[in-house]
Amino acid sequence: MINRDPHPNTLISVSNLSFSRGNKKIFDDISLAFERGKITAIMGPSGTGKTTLLKIIGGQLFPEQGSVLVDGQNVHQLRRADLYTLRKRMGMLFQSGALLTDMNVFDNVAFPLREHTKLTESMIRTLVLMKLEAVGLRGAYNLMANELSGGMARRVALARAIVLDPMMIMYDEPFTGQDPISMGVLVHLIKALNKTLGLTSIVVSHDVHETAAIADYIYVISEGKVVGQGSPEEIRRSDSEWVQQFMTGAADGPVHFHYPAKDYVDDLLSSGKRY
Amino acid sequence: MIELLAHLGKSTRASFSKLGRATFFLLQCLAGIGSVLPRPRLLLNQLYSVGVLSFLIISISGLFVGMVLGLQGFYILSDFGAEETLGVMVAASLVRELGPVVSALLFAGRAGSALTAEIGLMKATEQLSGMEMMAVDPIKRIISPRFLAGFLSMPLLTALFSVIGIIGGQIVGSGLLGVDEGGYWSQMQAKLDFHDDIINGVIKSVVFGFITSWIALFEGYDAVPTSEGISRATTRTVVNSAFSILGLDFILTALMFGDD
Repeated sequence: MINRDPHPNTLISVSNLSFSRGNKKIFDDISLAFERGKITAIMGPSGTGKTTLLKIIGGQLFPEQGSVLVDGQNVHQLRRADLYTLRKRMGMLFQSGALLTDMNVFDNVAFPLREHTKLTESMIRTLVLMKLEAVGLRGAYNLMANELSGGMARRVALARAIVLDPMMIMYDEPFTGQDPISMGVLVHLIKALNKTLGLTSIVVSHDVHETAAIADYIYVISEGKVVGQGSPEEIRRSDSEWVQQFMTGAADGPVHFHYPAKDYVDDLLSSGKRY
Repeated sequence: MIELLAHLGKSTRASFSKLGRATFFLLQCLAGIGSVLPRPRLLLNQLYSVGVLSFLIISISGLFVGMVLGLQGFYILSDFGAEETLGVMVAASLVRELGPVVSALLFAGRAGSALTAEIGLMKATEQLSGMEMMAVDPIKRIISPRFLAGFLSMPLLTALFSVIGIIGGQIVGSGLLGVDEGGYWSQMQAKLDFHDDIINGVIKSVVFGFITSWIALFEGYDAVPTSEGISRATTRTVVNSAFSILGLDFILTALMFGDD
């Protein structure tokens, strides 16, 4: 069991976080800890605000309550310049890749270097080719962003996310919509990069098997609460009905098949007035 | 009744909050200009896509507007035997009013809508968000160069429009209808005032460039990141720009030419 208190080995700690969108409570007083050098997965059904969590950690959204400490710094109390300095050490892989569409692969990967460093072009070239080689796309340096398949775009985005050698990287649904081969490639890459670069990784996903295969620790979130946590093995053996339903993919269980609605018969027999 | 009031209150609040966001956006954008200047490449790229690519539509429209002015002016002026002053009429209408207004309207349609769609799509595809996470301020990197480019292009495009229009008027006037060419140019030279006519026209075009770029970029940045949201934002850019240009034109004209 991980120590949830601020701990020398904890890179990111989220404490007592609450966040709502409109009237819907996305997070209700949750606390999470992410250990250095480990892959921690956040799992849960779609629409539970997993992406929102990453945006809160990255300082793009502000929580209503609670705090997020990244490497000892409170993300939401930093001045803008300090937040940007911190972000240079945080990589994030968006679900869509978020590549800049007016540039080719090479320029996309070179983008953070050109924005933040004064390296010479030949140095940039070497670095970019090294990162592209790491994701297996050195040969594709010349392609435009819209010529890439979804899996390739994500790998390019991954190369871009690691080009400044960050201390951590956040993956937003890295496996969604990938064919089995790309999925395998990404699983392998996340694991390998984490190990070789000594990164701390946060993987947000609802792909149970892939995520469980690489994660060191898993949090399962539902309706704004942590409903289960532990190593993949512990999660699999969890006696929580909810976690079991999620891990096995049963259609009905604590999470109902039906969206909340009024009584079916009443609804069918009612006047049909729009409401 | 109550519903109506509530609706009115709601939409008023929404428009004030939008105005507030737009003002804040403008301030950020202006503050970001400082970091564009050391990187002229960013500006040059935008000057090309906002300005240079609008050349064709501006030149062709200018030519036709000038030719129509030449025709209409000739028929009216010849009734009074004053065909010689055709040059003055064409040049004054272009430099004072039609040049700034029509080129700003064309600019809003050609470049403004493109800017809105581009920024809106960048938002929808998380490119802006992605930049923020790479510690790159999208306002400084994306918005400010485009704003500056729009602001600088507008007076130049207006000047081009007016010049080509004047040439168009001359082609029709002296080429087809037989107005004396020397009269066309010399009357124009004698009657047009540098300050009252030309500078005032330039001021107008600067104001229009500012307002059109602001509207276009803000609408894109503030767009709801869906295909419908972007299409609405693009429409709003063109409509709001047109209203602002025509409304401001009236105010500016009243201020500039009102007291004489």
